[in-house]
Amino acid sequence: MMKTDVVAKMDGKLAMAHIYVAFIALLLGGTAGLLQTLVRSGKFILPAGIGYYQLLTVHGVLLGLVLTTFFIIGFLFAGLSKTSGTLSDKVRTWGWVGFWFMTFGTSLTAGAILTGKASVLYTFYAPLMAHPTFYIGLALVVVGSWISGFAMFAHFAKWKKQNPGKVTPLLSYMAILTMILWLIATLGVAATVLIQYIPWSLGLVDTIDVLISRTLFWYFGHPLVYFWLLPAYMAWYVIIPKIIGGKIFSDSLARLSFVLFLLFSIPVGFHHQLTEPGIAPSWKYLQVILTFLVIIPSLMTAFSMFATFELYGRSKGATGLFGWFRKLPWGDARFFAPFMGMLIFIPAGAGGIINASHQLNQVVHNTIWVTGHFHLTVATTVLLTFFGIAYWLIPHLTGRVMTKAMNKLAIVQTIVWVVGMTFMSSAMHFAGLLGAPRRSAFSTYNDSAQAIDWIPYQIAQAVGGTILFIGIILIIIIVINLSFFAPKGETEFPIGEVEEAAHATPMILENWKLWVGIVIVLILVAYTIPFIDMIQNAPPGSKGFNNLL
Amino acid sequence: MHIHKFEKIWLFFGIGMLIVFLTTVGIGAFAMGHQPASNIQTIDPEKVHETAPFDNPGVKKVGENQYEVVIVTSAFAFTPNTITVPKGAEVKFIVATTDVVHGFQIAGTNVNMMVEPGYISKYTQTFDETGEFLILCNEYCGAGHHLMNARIEVIEQ
Repeated sequence: MMKTDVVAKMDGKLAMAHIYVAFIALLLGGTAGLLQTLVRSGKFILPAGIGYYQLLTVHGVLLGLVLTTFFIIGFLFAGLSKTSGTLSDKVRTWGWVGFWFMTFGTSLTAGAILTGKASVLYTFYAPLMAHPTFYIGLALVVVGSWISGFAMFAHFAKWKKQNPGKVTPLLSYMAILTMILWLIATLGVAATVLIQYIPWSLGLVDTIDVLISRTLFWYFGHPLVYFWLLPAYMAWYVIIPKIIGGKIFSDSLARLSFVLFLLFSIPVGFHHQLTEPGIAPSWKYLQVILTFLVIIPSLMTAFSMFATFELYGRSKGATGLFGWFRKLPWGDARFFAPFMGMLIFIPAGAGGIINASHQLNQVVHNTIWVTGHFHLTVATTVLLTFFGIAYWLIPHLTGRVMTKAMNKLAIVQTIVWVVGMTFMSSAMHFAGLLGAPRRSAFSTYNDSAQAIDWIPYQIAQAVGGTILFIGIILIIIIVINLSFFAPKGETEFPIGEVEEAAHATPMILENWKLWVGIVIVLILVAYTIPFIDMIQNAPPGSKGFNNLL
Repeated sequence: MHIHKFEKIWLFFGIGMLIVFLTTVGIGAFAMGHQPASNIQTIDPEKVHETAPFDNPGVKKVGENQYEVVIVTSAFAFTPNTITVPKGAEVKFIVATTDVVHGFQIAGTNVNMMVEPGYISKYTQTFDETGEFLILCNEYCGAGHHLMNARIEVIEQ
């Protein structure tokens, strides 16, 4: 296998292009987020005719779709280039084609939102109807990501051909599995956008089937969160052990947990639809079971991470049950940021179990509790890990080094983020339990006594949002420094090695046909009958409403 | 595949918890009837006002201690928007929308469901406490979404 210390320069440019777009999205989407928390505090009114729901759409699309997808694809290209050899010219060219599709799609969608014609939020539920360019832009983003995905598969196929019978490098294996998950998942959203939304918004058909559009959306909507999470897990499993100077606990367990995520994260969309009509409760319960199974690979990941930490600490002479804790490199932002992300994943995951429960969902559904939950998972666990990746990936790709001062700023950034999120997310969780809704502008609901009780929490959200915005400014400063101003030099792309005592990786984990086959069977089990039901017993469709935006 | 002994214990514990959780949820759902709102009943979204029972929304006494509350949602209002029911009675909420997707949530209670065009949503609740509760729309339905609300008053029998 060819190994180079620096991801080849041309591949680095492709990865960096994605990363630049991601951080621009973070700055703009984060600003929208700050303004929302201020509005919701009741102390601030938006100037210049900007709509609250317009901001909410900007925030969701830029952070949930653009930031994540661009960063992940950039990271995966870099990881594949590092561990499976430099990309061929053809693969790299297709990577750029994918990038421009996604960028053009993003600007189309953003244009529709900024002109006030698409305040339909990130989930764009029908029959609220946006301008057709909103949906066409989203479709182009997805198609662009497919082009990049197939370029990655082609690269991987070439490696396979050159290395018959060998175990795929762990990081490449995880990258390919993540893209497979993304491809299977996005089929749902592509189907609804191409077959339902675009013809309907163009006026080619009069009506849309709302339940089917929602079901296809959520078929995609849950694996989407695992598409965000798996690259973070890649960093945890492969990168972090190297950064702390330890070893990967078990190569095969890491692969097994990824396979389980692929199997259990797709056929679970109904847990987002637990309180809606038109779906039998027994099917909802089946998908609740499948959802809960995702807990198994999550627990495996937690075990592996702490096993790595403990083994490392003990190798440095730590004694006692928790002595190893103090041996960890707390002053290294590449470790500290992802570690805080992992820590926050514990309450975040527990909240997820509550959301996915057949009946507990009844209490928290569509309350701001849910917003609090995914600001812990995506906006803290995943994002802090992405920041941790950026601290070595950007200087590695741009041929620079992170200075001590920047590392210190990155530590401060992590602390600011955790403090801000603690304020914002805790307030959201508590307010949600009292019934405060998500996705709503400030309102006292005609001076309802209950709603007035929520306002102190909403002020706490604004305090948290403001602290988080400071965190965004800090990370943007760090990213600009690492990209353009840090001293020239060489930064390592840290790839962990497996513990010597670990056993060989079973080849069955490399059998993609088997795993994709099982995913398809599970999807058919979870969806076929209710889906046929939805089509056969469909009500008359809904015409579009765009006058309500 | 080799799995470390401690990892086996950990997974055994984790999967055990999973089984306990799912059994609890399953018993709640199928033995005690605590199902989420899942009514499968369609309606023409353009003819809600003409279709019974939505042609005559409001509170109806349907049994000894049983009530039906029929509500029509549309941007950005609940019809009717003031409701009175007695404490301890079994109250069935029957809701449909004339336009987009709405949420139907009674803050501080378990009543919380989606209302989608083409479908009738139902949920049955018994209120154990008297007082006034806020009904609000918790699914984004357009520019006036945060103004959409109603009240339910629970009174002594």
